[in-house]
Amino acid sequence: MSMKASTRQIDGVTIVDLSGRITLGEGSVVLRDTIKDLLSKGQKKILLNLGDVSYIDSSGIGELVSAFTSVRNQGGELKLLHLTKKVHDLLQITKLYTVFDVKDDEATAVGAFNH
Amino acid sequence: MTAPQRVSYRMESTLESVNKAEEMADQIAARAGMDEDTRRGVSMAVREAMINAVLHGNAYDPVKRVNLSFEQTGEELIVTISDEGKGFVPEEVPDPLAPENLLKQSGRGIFLMRAFMDEVRFRQLDLGTEITLIKRLQGTDLDHQEAST
Repeated sequence: MSMKASTRQIDGVTIVDLSGRITLGEGSVVLRDTIKDLLSKGQKKILLNLGDVSYIDSSGIGELVSAFTSVRNQGGELKLLHLTKKVHDLLQITKLYTVFDVKDDEATAVGAFNH
Repeated sequence: MTAPQRVSYRMESTLESVNKAEEMADQIAARAGMDEDTRRGVSMAVREAMINAVLHGNAYDPVKRVNLSFEQTGEELIVTISDEGKGFVPEEVPDPLAPENLLKQSGRGIFLMRAFMDEVRFRQLDLGTEITLIKRLQGTDLDHQEAST
């Protein structure tokens, strides 16, 4: 299954709803292009909703890290929302869980950005 | 006692081969009686080893092939993946958990293989690298089946 990304805006925060697999190839490219596009439009408060992401491989993890550093390097913020158990476990074992700001509730997540 | 079963494939250096190998690993692990979490770990380790072979080893070269085999001994599932690339020294791969490497985009594949398998071995071939992934079957349904017969 390929990956889909759709964006919406709430209170100046861009929420990216991702679904499918973030893996080497198409999935990673979709995420990379989405982040690049948002940054080029000056949208630097980004909340990645991973609730419907079924699988992430090492390439997908790398793409999440790359998205995080790209946004931060441009003075923005990137947070993660609704991790599935699989993705949560993967971020735990790779010690990235504490690097990312991870939220369980959308409204709380949106409110946690610097406004 | 189950007789060892082995299946081998010679695959192209493509992303499609990576996806196929992952699917096959999941099916074989399911047939071996592994639970869902273990299966997911095994198929992810196989995916990462295939990425290593296809991307880093053979560099998507259409002439080069990846050899993949699954062997089930009754006690273990043994997956062997070899490429025809330049080879590498596993000890020289930086630790992805070190603070200075945490935000690197790549370098987590071997770590994930080791995290999900009981044993991971590397062997330099005359041409390329061979990775052997081993998962023990203790505690799976296979043991229950044998114990009840």
